[in-house]
Amino acid sequence: MPLTLTLREPPTVPLETEGLTPDRLAGLSRGEIETLTVWHGNRQAQLADFFTVSGDGDAELRLEGDLRRVKFVGAGMTAGRLTVAGDGGMHTGAEMRGGELVVEGDVGDFAGTGMRGGRLVVRGSAGHQLGGALPGERAGMRGGEILVQGAAGEQVGAGLRRGLIAVAGRVGDAAGLRMLAGTIVTLGRLGAAPGAGMRRGTIVAMSKVTLLPTFAHACSYRPPFLRLYLRHLRGLGLPLTDEEIEGRYARWSGDGLELRRGEILILEPGPR
Amino acid sequence: MRLSGTEVVDTFAEAFPMWGARIVITAESPAWAHEAARSLTGFATSVIGCKCEAGIERELDPAETPDGRPGASALLFANDRDGLAKRLVERVGQSVLTCPTTACFNGLEAEETVDVGGQLRFFGDGYQASKLLDGRRYWRVPVMEGEFLVEERFAVAEGVAGGNIIILGRDAAEALRAAEAAAAAMRTVRDMILPFPGGIARSGSKVGSRYSGLVASTNDVLCPTLRAQVPHTDVPPDIGSVLEIVIDGLTLEAVREAMARGLEAAARAGASQVTAGNYGGNLGPHHIELRGLVADLRDD
Repeated sequence: MPLTLTLREPPTVPLETEGLTPDRLAGLSRGEIETLTVWHGNRQAQLADFFTVSGDGDAELRLEGDLRRVKFVGAGMTAGRLTVAGDGGMHTGAEMRGGELVVEGDVGDFAGTGMRGGRLVVRGSAGHQLGGALPGERAGMRGGEILVQGAAGEQVGAGLRRGLIAVAGRVGDAAGLRMLAGTIVTLGRLGAAPGAGMRRGTIVAMSKVTLLPTFAHACSYRPPFLRLYLRHLRGLGLPLTDEEIEGRYARWSGDGLELRRGEILILEPGPR
Repeated sequence: MRLSGTEVVDTFAEAFPMWGARIVITAESPAWAHEAARSLTGFATSVIGCKCEAGIERELDPAETPDGRPGASALLFANDRDGLAKRLVERVGQSVLTCPTTACFNGLEAEETVDVGGQLRFFGDGYQASKLLDGRRYWRVPVMEGEFLVEERFAVAEGVAGGNIIILGRDAAEALRAAEAAAAAMRTVRDMILPFPGGIARSGSKVGSRYSGLVASTNDVLCPTLRAQVPHTDVPPDIGSVLEIVIDGLTLEAVREAMARGLEAAARAGASQVTAGNYGGNLGPHHIELRGLVADLRDD
C-alpha cells in the first residue's frame, strides 16, 4: 500500500498543504510526516491534526478524503506519482516541475498555474485559470502537460508560454488569453474569444468556434505536427477519433492586435 | 573450407568505426516516403567520393512511425560526428524538405545528438515555429505545399563500416546471381545498410594508386581481366567475375549477421568462391572471420 494520507473531515476554512508531494515526503518517517506544517486558514498546524497517515513507500503518495477545501495539493512536486482519490482544491499542481499528479475527481480554480514540468491528469473537471499565470506574472504555464477528462472553466492556459493543455469537455471563454506559445487542445465546445491577445502558440478546436475579428483565415490543411500531438493524447486516454487525428483543419492566424503569429486550428467537417 | 559446395576463403573482413544516424521519413503514401528516402540516400556509396554512406534500412508500417503514416527508415554514416551532422542537414534539407507530404524524425536512441531541424528551420525565414512534445522539439517549416515537420535533434552513435563479402563466379551471370541472392538475404537484417547500387559493388578498391592524389584505385588482385598482368592475383583460373557487398551497421552484431546471411545465400545460389576484403588487419579494429561465420551457419 502506498503512503496514504487520509483527511479525517473537511476543514472549516481552506487548508494549505504546500509540500505534500511524493518527492518531499520520500525518506521521512511516519512521525516526521505527521509533524509537517500545514496552514488552516491563518493558523499553523501539524499534518496529523487533519490527516491519518498509513502505508509506506517513497515513489507514490495517495491522498484520500474530501479535499475540496485543501489548497496547493501537489504544488511544486518534482518527481514520483501523487494520486488524489477524489476532488482537489484550488491551486492543485501549481508550479509542478515533474512527476505525475492524478486527480480522480474535479479540481478547483488555478490548477496547474505556473507549472513547469510533469503531468497533471484530472479525471473530472477543472475550474478557471487552468494552467494560468501566478498572480503578478505575465507568463503562465511554462512546461509539462495538463489533461482534463471533463470540462474546464474560463481563461484556460492564460499566458501559456510552453506546454500542452488538453481538455476533453467544454471549455469556457477566453481560452489561451494572451498566450505566448504552447498548445491548447479542446475536444468539446470552445467558449467565446479564444486566443484573445495571443502572440504565438496553437489552440485546437474540434467544433465550430466564434472567433474574434482580429483573426484571419489562412488555409485548410492537415498540420503534420498535430498528428503527433493528437496521437500522444489518445495514448494518454483522451477520446480522440481517427477523423480528428487525420482530419483537415482551418488555420486562423492571430491575434492581429499582437504579432499574428498564433494560430487557431478548427477541425473541418466532412470527409478527410 | 566449403559451404554448400562453395569454397570459402579462410580470411576476414576488416571493419572500422564510423558514425551513424537513423532517419525516419513519413509521408502520405509509402511511395512518397520511399521516394524521399531514395533521394536522401542517393550518391552515398562510399565516403571516399561521397563524404558519407547511406541506404534505406526498411519500409515502416504506419504503426511504427511517430505520426502514424507510412514511412521508411534510412541509415547515414560518415567518418566523424561533425561530418555526419553536416551530411544530415544537407541531405534532409535537399531531399526530404523538398519532397511532397514528408515529415522527418530521428529514429535512433543514443546519448549524443546533432542539430538538424534546428538548422533547417531557417528556411522558414522567420515564419518557422517549434513545438515541444514529450521532451522532443520539432520544427514546423512553412513550405508552398503546406508545412514540413522535422525533429530538431538527431541521435548519432559510433557504428561499424566496411563489413564485406566478395563473391567470385565463373562468369558475370553466376557472380551477379549469387550477389543478388546474398544482398536480398542481407537486407532482412536490421540496423544495417548496403550502400552500393542494389547493394552490390563491382569496383572494389585498394588503398592508393600509382597516380598521385588518388586515394583509391581498382583492386587489381581481384580483377579477372588482369590475372595474367599483375605480379600477384587472388583470382583463381576458372573465375570470370567478382562482386563485392559492403555493409555498414549501427552495431558489429548487425554487420556480422548480415555477412553470415549473405555468405549462406551466395553459397546456395552457386557462387564459386566467397572471400572478404581486409587491409592485413592494420586499419580497422573489427575483424570478422569467415571461418567463424561458417561455423555458426553449420551449427544452425
